[in-house]
Amino acid sequence: MIVGSIAGIGAGLAAIGAGIGIGSIGGKAMEGMARQPEAASKIQTAMLIAAAFVEAVALFAVVVAFLGTGQVN
Amino acid sequence: MDLSHIFNSKKFFSKSFCAVLFSLLSFTAFSQEHTSADTAHAETSVAHAEGEEKEEDISQMILHHIADSHEWHFFGDVSVPLPVILYTENGLVTFLSNKFGHNDHGTEVINADGVNLVNYHGKYYYPSAVKGADGTYITHDSKGDILNTKPLDISITKNVVSLLISVIVLLVVFIGIANAYKKREGKAPKGLQSILEPIILFVRDDIAKPQLGYRYKGFMPYLLTVFFFVWLNNLMGLIPFFPGGANLTGNIAVTMMLALCTFVLTTINGNKNYWGHVFTPHVPWWLYPLMIPVEIIGLFTKPIALMIRLFANITAGHILILSLISLIFIIKSVLVAGVAIPFVLFISVIELVVGFIQAFIFTILSALFIGMAVEEHAEH
Repeated sequence: MIVGSIAGIGAGLAAIGAGIGIGSIGGKAMEGMARQPEAASKIQTAMLIAAAFVEAVALFAVVVAFLGTGQVN
Repeated sequence: MDLSHIFNSKKFFSKSFCAVLFSLLSFTAFSQEHTSADTAHAETSVAHAEGEEKEEDISQMILHHIADSHEWHFFGDVSVPLPVILYTENGLVTFLSNKFGHNDHGTEVINADGVNLVNYHGKYYYPSAVKGADGTYITHDSKGDILNTKPLDISITKNVVSLLISVIVLLVVFIGIANAYKKREGKAPKGLQSILEPIILFVRDDIAKPQLGYRYKGFMPYLLTVFFFVWLNNLMGLIPFFPGGANLTGNIAVTMMLALCTFVLTTINGNKNYWGHVFTPHVPWWLYPLMIPVEIIGLFTKPIALMIRLFANITAGHILILSLISLIFIIKSVLVAGVAIPFVLFISVIELVVGFIQAFIFTILSALFIGMAVEEHAEH
């Protein structure tokens, strides 16, 4: 038997979006680094910042899911 | 951040061996702690049926582990009680958390300095007048929310102790190396200095300078403090036994204070351009009713995002590790451990990286926000 809440599904959907986002950030950063290896460290920093912004959206969904299931007061 | 030389070094393999060994040691401690918590839960829920209730227990166990508590649990029945400080109707009430036993089911009213209290799931409430049908002095409404009021809790909890430990560690280490720089001015670094100098230079050259330009010097103390504080506490949260295990950066109040510091710094240091950008944005005047509220909300969402990001990242990591270990107890087969434990090891190593990256992200975003506030001229 599967027990859960609709909030969990919402968090899962947000994770799909963030996955696509972080995937494309990582892919493009790799491309950039392959083209210009000397700029690798700069690209890496910018990549991490952008990834953090995307990730934050998914984590907002996780927090909302927790609130939805009433497990974090 | 070119780290490839680490992998080329001969010492790498001996280091990684040590890391694996330490991780395995910590897992044994982890699972021991788990089983004891599990049996404790099992004892309390004798009346409950097996099956679904078991899963409920495990999610309770996970939430218990990431939450704050009034005692520091070591292993088995060994735990150190911490002082409880409550601001009640009768003024301050203080006692050690084990003074009235370990009953946290809300079934027993305790009398501390003339104030009646009831401990329900680790929190102190004022008891209801009569015992409820479930044997507790806690009243729930139809949604299951607790109706009892509670005193202001300013106890020295596990998180506070952990905070004090990390503050002491940071003070000792950094005052030590600051004195070493003073004493050995112009000479090569030695000992702790050699370990921390590259990291301090990393914060200066890769975080502060690109975001803040020539004004970086004034903000270096804050950026270094926040970087090392978050990093140390992320790492301490990953240690399952005594000095660590408190999940401090996974506590929203702590991350809120850190984000508030960044917010105060941005607000105080904001120059004419920054506030001009907020109150007279470069848009046609008839868009002002729309843009000004958006810009004002934007001032607050930045630190709020900073707060939620750190909190949710660290909490999610802890929940993930505990859930994977709990798989063994949910499926009830030792064989699962063969899959779960290597996977937990893998996730733990990732968490070590996440601990660093989150400290880096928090610091660089703080620097970015401060940089936006102190920028001389807008680029349009």
